[in-house]
Amino acid sequence: MTETAAATAKAKRSWKDVDLRAVAPFVALALLLVLGAFANPNFISVDNLLNVLTRSAFIAIIAVGATFVISAGGLDLSVGSMVAFVASLTILFMNSGAVSDPTMTIVAAALLAIAIGAACGLANGLITTVGRIEPFIATLGTMGIYRGLTTWLSQGGAITLRNPDVQSLYRPVYFGEIFGVPFPIYVIVITAAIGAFVLYRTRYGRHVVAVGSNEDVAHYSGIPVSRVRTLTYVIQGLCVAVACLIYIPRLGSTSATTGLMWELQAITAVVVGGTALRGGVGRIWGTVCGAFILEIVGNIMLLSNFVSEYLLGAIQGAIIIIAMLVQRSLVRKS
Amino acid sequence: MSQAPSAAPAENAAPLLKVAGLSKSFGPVQVLKGIDLTVEAGQVHAIIGENGAGKSTLMKILSGHLQPTDGEIRIDGQPVVFSGPVDAEHRGIVLVHQEILLAPDLTVAQNVYLGREIAKGLVVDDKAMNEGARKAIRELGGDIDPTVTVGRLSIAQRQLVQIARSLLVPHRLVIFDEPTASLTPVETEALLKVITDIRAKGTAVLYISHRLPEVKLIADKVTVLRDGRLVTTRDAKDVEPVDMARLMVGRDVAKLYPDRAAAGTREVVLEVEDMSVPGYAEHASFQLRKGEILGFAGLVGAGRTELMEGMVGLRPGRGTVRLAGKPVSFTNVHDSMKAGIAYLSEDRKGKGLLLAKDLKVNLTLASLGRFVRWGQVDRTREREALDKAIAEFDIRTGRKDLLAGQLSGGNQQKLLLAKMMMLDPSIIIIDEPTRGIDIGTKEQIYKFIAGLAAEGRSIIVVSSEMPELIGLCDRILVMRTGHIVGEVAGDHMNENEIVVLATGVQTGEAA
Repeated sequence: MTETAAATAKAKRSWKDVDLRAVAPFVALALLLVLGAFANPNFISVDNLLNVLTRSAFIAIIAVGATFVISAGGLDLSVGSMVAFVASLTILFMNSGAVSDPTMTIVAAALLAIAIGAACGLANGLITTVGRIEPFIATLGTMGIYRGLTTWLSQGGAITLRNPDVQSLYRPVYFGEIFGVPFPIYVIVITAAIGAFVLYRTRYGRHVVAVGSNEDVAHYSGIPVSRVRTLTYVIQGLCVAVACLIYIPRLGSTSATTGLMWELQAITAVVVGGTALRGGVGRIWGTVCGAFILEIVGNIMLLSNFVSEYLLGAIQGAIIIIAMLVQRSLVRKS
Repeated sequence: MSQAPSAAPAENAAPLLKVAGLSKSFGPVQVLKGIDLTVEAGQVHAIIGENGAGKSTLMKILSGHLQPTDGEIRIDGQPVVFSGPVDAEHRGIVLVHQEILLAPDLTVAQNVYLGREIAKGLVVDDKAMNEGARKAIRELGGDIDPTVTVGRLSIAQRQLVQIARSLLVPHRLVIFDEPTASLTPVETEALLKVITDIRAKGTAVLYISHRLPEVKLIADKVTVLRDGRLVTTRDAKDVEPVDMARLMVGRDVAKLYPDRAAAGTREVVLEVEDMSVPGYAEHASFQLRKGEILGFAGLVGAGRTELMEGMVGLRPGRGTVRLAGKPVSFTNVHDSMKAGIAYLSEDRKGKGLLLAKDLKVNLTLASLGRFVRWGQVDRTREREALDKAIAEFDIRTGRKDLLAGQLSGGNQQKLLLAKMMMLDPSIIIIDEPTRGIDIGTKEQIYKFIAGLAAEGRSIIVVSSEMPELIGLCDRILVMRTGHIVGEVAGDHMNENEIVVLATGVQTGEAA
């Protein structure tokens, strides 16, 4: 019933009412695909595209969580370090042999990763809300803490998954395919679908956007602002945990440099996707699109000879600035 | 002819400012239609009209913030085109904004001189600026330490700083856009004196206000705008406030306040005892009866808003609150909402509505739980609720997908009222219900409030507009510096009694 009502409402809107800012990232993605096809015919092959999407999975999933944090007016710089920390602890647990059965080991490890991710997120949330510290500073602090703990755990080296039974059983989570589509792509879609449902359809999602839009109004409307904010960080932690679970089977190893600079890529994906960095507007599918754009740009640079791939960082930096300029010029028609 | 601003009134034939056939369109919407206006030096010329009548647009054109679509502006008989507000200021036209545009972290003097700092070489001369700011404010009849940060000042003090800042440039025409909207009677009186002083120096003043008695008091000429057209310009001495209201609305506003049956002595629904809100209110006790409209009067800063916010759990407070005889304690506003108390903030734009969100989101924000089905917000029912609210509260909106910030002030207030009524509260606290709202909408809001009381709901109205409290309320409590200092009811409900209580001073002149 809700579905049909939404459908008729959509039908009533004319093309003039389309919010250009919501559409912009998808247009950009389409243009990039065309550009890529011209640059190198191999680019547009199904295999290559699936490969690119698979590799974007970590950033896309983390960025879904970041969309919540940023929509509520927060910021989380610690996600890259959190990936390293959660993945390291998860591998250490699997190596410990605490559970003998390989299947049960993976199940228990998954639950543990999710619990650690949620706890790390909760810590970020409580420091910003109860501790009343600016999210930038609070998560800059935890970024150092999570990274430092990882370095300490690995003693400066690598933490590698040792048990071969677990390894072979776990491997398909990154490398496996269902109906020819790599498993991580399903994880992206499912995570984003859940994220979109929560942000767009539930009361909590509405509260997130209200808090990001104007904290005072939210407070005066009886919304528990601190709880809403804290939960966005927990959601971010959960997304990091999910990203870790598909990251671990890829290399089977972590080190002090795992997930380095991922926080910037995640924030870039969110902003390129059309979410306002000042809060109040969140676009989950735009975020996923933003993550694809980042990965595709890298892929095109690799496949073409126009630009040196060593300039990847510079290009990604330029993308975020261009995205902001485009967003600003596309003022919603009223 | 000299373009340089001079304080001497122009004795020659050409008036200081003459506007002919001025029109302005925003896209297809024409908001000003052929305005002709003449402003003479040494006169206070009031511009009145309902919200949306085009007053603000006219003032923005005259101060160079907007370009007219059509028509001509002449200064001293010479046609001019302003390239921007700075250009207008160079020609001696200064706009004192309605909103307070000051940097809260800078000091008074830094704000007064912002963008035109006095400097000795590369170093700013704080001493000279402090001195200048102190002098400028004193000339306006105020006494504010220029080294205090603006964030620590009251609204009225900030306004004085803003006026001082505006008058620092040489000026021949000063435009005041609703300067008294957030001022108390005493502060208003002081401001009106400032304006009279400015006029005495030969400066022309354009004065926009909703407060018609004030206009009558101060203006030499009154121009009425309605729907973008100039209705009439008359000598102020020839029009009474009631005529002004009629001209503004275009029909008779016989009675602004609705008739109400006396509340009598029905049961007490809310009892507040010894309520203290640290720093703002102390030992406040009062009772609210079923179906009653209880007013709270007082000067800005008397602690009325803070007392209410403390009571409903929006800020920390101590004291006993009894609902229908049962003691309750609200640690957050969610609890008091659940108990049936709705509080509408005086800060409609900052604390009441999400201006960047659509009407539906705003309407259901406080009562979203009622719209959740199977874990998700039921948008169909939200839309139905919006249709109902638009009809019930006469929210005038062209399209239902407008953003709350695109509504006029009056319609925003109706939306805020509708939003809080979604909670079906038995007690409604409305802080400054009609601030910055035109007279036609005011009348509607009063009718809604009276209607809610007639339904058996109990209402507290906090207001700085005494006529509003007197016209609407059964009883009025007066607060002064954090204390409830008295109650007026029945025959004692007049402005004089309230002013005496609110200021603690026996004034002979208060009308």
